[in-house]
Amino acid sequence: MNHFPEAWGRPRDDVYGAYNPSYLQTTGPKAHTSSPAVTGTSVIGVKFNGGVALATDNLASYGSLARFSDVKRLRVFGDKAVVGFGGDVSDMQYIDRLLASIDIRENYSNHGNMLNAKNLHTYLAKVFYKRRSEFNPLWNHVLVAGYDGEGKPFLSSADLLGTTFSAPHLATGFGAHLAVPILRRLFPDEKPIEEVTQEHAVDALKQCLKVLFYRDARSLDKYSIAVITKDGIDLKENEQIEGQSWAFAERIKGYGAQTN
Amino acid sequence: MTSIGTGYDLSNSVFSPDGRNFQVEYAVKAVENGGTAVGIRCKDGVVLAVEKIITSKLLKPGANKRIATVDRHVGIVSAGLVPDGRHFVSRARDEASSWRGVYKAPIPTNALANRLGGYVQAYTLYSSVRPFGVTAIVGGWDSEAELAVDGQVGQGPNSGAGGKVEGAEAGGPGLYMIEPSGLYWGYYGAATGKGRQAAKAELEKLDLSSGNLSLADGVKEAARIIYVAHEDSKDKEFELEMSWISSLDGPTKGRHEEVPKELREEAEKAAKRALEGDDDEEEEKGQAMEE
Repeated sequence: MNHFPEAWGRPRDDVYGAYNPSYLQTTGPKAHTSSPAVTGTSVIGVKFNGGVALATDNLASYGSLARFSDVKRLRVFGDKAVVGFGGDVSDMQYIDRLLASIDIRENYSNHGNMLNAKNLHTYLAKVFYKRRSEFNPLWNHVLVAGYDGEGKPFLSSADLLGTTFSAPHLATGFGAHLAVPILRRLFPDEKPIEEVTQEHAVDALKQCLKVLFYRDARSLDKYSIAVITKDGIDLKENEQIEGQSWAFAERIKGYGAQTN
Repeated sequence: MTSIGTGYDLSNSVFSPDGRNFQVEYAVKAVENGGTAVGIRCKDGVVLAVEKIITSKLLKPGANKRIATVDRHVGIVSAGLVPDGRHFVSRARDEASSWRGVYKAPIPTNALANRLGGYVQAYTLYSSVRPFGVTAIVGGWDSEAELAVDGQVGQGPNSGAGGKVEGAEAGGPGLYMIEPSGLYWGYYGAATGKGRQAAKAELEKLDLSSGNLSLADGVKEAARIIYVAHEDSKDKEFELEMSWISSLDGPTKGRHEEVPKELREEAEKAAKRALEGDDDEEEEKGQAMEE
């Protein structure tokens, strides 16, 4: 015992050596916001003649664990636009609440919520960019679907860095690798979207979801699909992938105990 | 007035020897000159209506709304100083938004009325401020269905207890009136502004406490009451502004919205007809007495 109260109750320096205080440091950057925890996988979207279709599966993974299997990753904004979320689920919930508060505020004016999908996409991209510039990113990659200011179908993506990208068909996450080639084959550049019917678009999404379920280990065969037309938003949140065939799995070799 | 010359009315928050706050009473006077506002709590919703005196022919009809929406499910109408009313609404919106921030759910109407009552009362306590020159009617519908928490993405397991009480009734209509003193009470029918006496007399005839009046009838009654209350200042032209909040299975699905133009015009026509009918009766009575 000595006369320095700050040393009382601590290991004695003469016995254990001086304590390395670097372990107690509270300064330095926070790191836990820079990686996702519970995540959703791909979002895929296709423009068709007169509208847009968007789909995600209903899974939220915790690492490689399929943690939640009834997660709605398509969120409706007002009655005009749908946002499909990939990436961190709690950040998705934050953005969903943010969008709800904007919808409430917009409805305070006489003409109601006039924001269209294009406005919403611009806004979200700026939110993402602001947050990544603060080194505190919202860990999502989203597709925004709806109509632009001229009433034409709108589909665009924004990611956690604030990068934006637009195309007649889009996919995030694993889908960017697996679904986009399928969509490019079905709807080549030469084919104007006026020639793509709603049925074609929806069928293509279902086909992509099936391929993703086959090959993406963080995916599920339960999915949500939103079809946005001039008549409104048709959102189905409890669909099941039909017509699976796992015959191809027999031919996959080189995993686990199997060596040849 | 007894207050004049005594000096007890010169500063806010000062009591007179007989226990009155004159500044608050003067604020009430400001309210008594405002256009009549009424609110009716019906069994399946709430109606708000206000008499908007046309102060200039240069004002655009239908513009300059006096009923405001707070969150999605609450409407506020006030009588008295219009800018005070606007500030009051702004505070209500902040309260509703901060409630969502904490509880991730819409603010119940009674909780909003409580917060606003507290806010208005605080303006009777300090000499550096004056009381609100408005009496506000707050109408809302609290969802009768189980609401998802804001941002909720799934239900969780379908089996298990969940702690739910079977058949418990929740939600419903709410109607509160907040006065310049900060006093607020819940009402079946509320009226304030210039024509409040006539309006209250009409509201009392409706037997609102039995809970039989439907929202559709409430709209008609609200329009008629504003027209009745306007009788004393007939020389001035006015515009009727009406809003409503219905149950989830009703026309507004639990949201606060303006009453559609066609419905309002229909209610106004019926109101005018009812008034003309009354005039005829009175004339007949007058003739009978002469005979």
